[in-house]
Amino acid sequence: MTAAGEMRQYQVVGRKAATEENTNPEAYRMVIFAPNPVAAKSKFWYFMRQFRKMKKTTGEILDCVELVEKNSRIVKNYGIWLRYDSRSGTHNMYREYRDLKLTGAVSQLYNEMAGRHRTRPRSIQIIRTATLGASELKRPNGAQFAQRRVKFPLPHRVDSAKRGQKALSDLTNVYLFTDTFFYAIEVVGRKTEHSDIRLSSSNDIQTNPY
Amino acid sequence: MGFSRYVEVGRVVFINHGPDAGKIATVIDIVDQNKCLVDGPEEITGVSRQVVSYRKIALTDLTVKIQRNARAKTLKAAWKEGDTLAKWEGSSWAKKLEAKKKRSNLSDFDRFKVMVAKKQKSRIIAQKIKELKA
Repeated sequence: MTAAGEMRQYQVVGRKAATEENTNPEAYRMVIFAPNPVAAKSKFWYFMRQFRKMKKTTGEILDCVELVEKNSRIVKNYGIWLRYDSRSGTHNMYREYRDLKLTGAVSQLYNEMAGRHRTRPRSIQIIRTATLGASELKRPNGAQFAQRRVKFPLPHRVDSAKRGQKALSDLTNVYLFTDTFFYAIEVVGRKTEHSDIRLSSSNDIQTNPY
Repeated sequence: MGFSRYVEVGRVVFINHGPDAGKIATVIDIVDQNKCLVDGPEEITGVSRQVVSYRKIALTDLTVKIQRNARAKTLKAAWKEGDTLAKWEGSSWAKKLEAKKKRSNLSDFDRFKVMVAKKQKSRIIAQKIKELKA
């Protein structure tokens, strides 16, 4: 599974396809984070075949709906328990995020796991999620922003207009380089015009005055 | 000199990037070290409630008296009470932006008129100075 864009939350319900022996098999419900319903259903079968003797070819999906956060108006603290495969083994982990939506927190998680641990989305499994109060937070970084009176300056601001600007020394070098470059082309061009000798460019570039 | 502008609940910020570029908004809550929740209020400044990165905003000198996670209604009332929009429009920052906008919308003929007006102005000034010196 890839984590293309924002993650969404789906409720997927599925069961073994009904047969003559068992006309009404037990249905299973799972809440899954995935970027789209197709990936959610795929994840459902991935987990299902690990827990029960069920697979996609002999099963059916009864329902797949997106779950939407009820209150995406205020920032909440989310705790996420996960399991992931690193290059050397499998690890359990607990992380905290602050976001408007649980899906936003999960998206942050996927991005952060990629950045900090080079973990691909396919090797992350979310075990449990929870909405936490400020006093329940375990990680100091999130906790400092969950307090009542947070106040801090923004030091080291770079003027957005100057962000991509090159230093003057760089500009001069570029100018000189282009100048010699054009000169070299000119020399090459002139020679090819007046003789049929094929030029190896390295010789000709030496002839420039710079 | 220490800092005088802080990221805090109630801080009025100027948005300098994205679809809301050029508008102002109020910090409603702080999400983390990279982003905060802002709300215009939409009816006054046209910025809807959303999370923005600190990179996309600039802090202003203004603050509004609100609680964390204030509703749109209370926020609007706080803006009205503090007369925040008028304070912003009266600031030299907003005036410069307004002037810049006006200049960028001038036609070629408008720019010519400005040039002529400038010439007339400097002529008057030069004349006055000459009189004073004499």
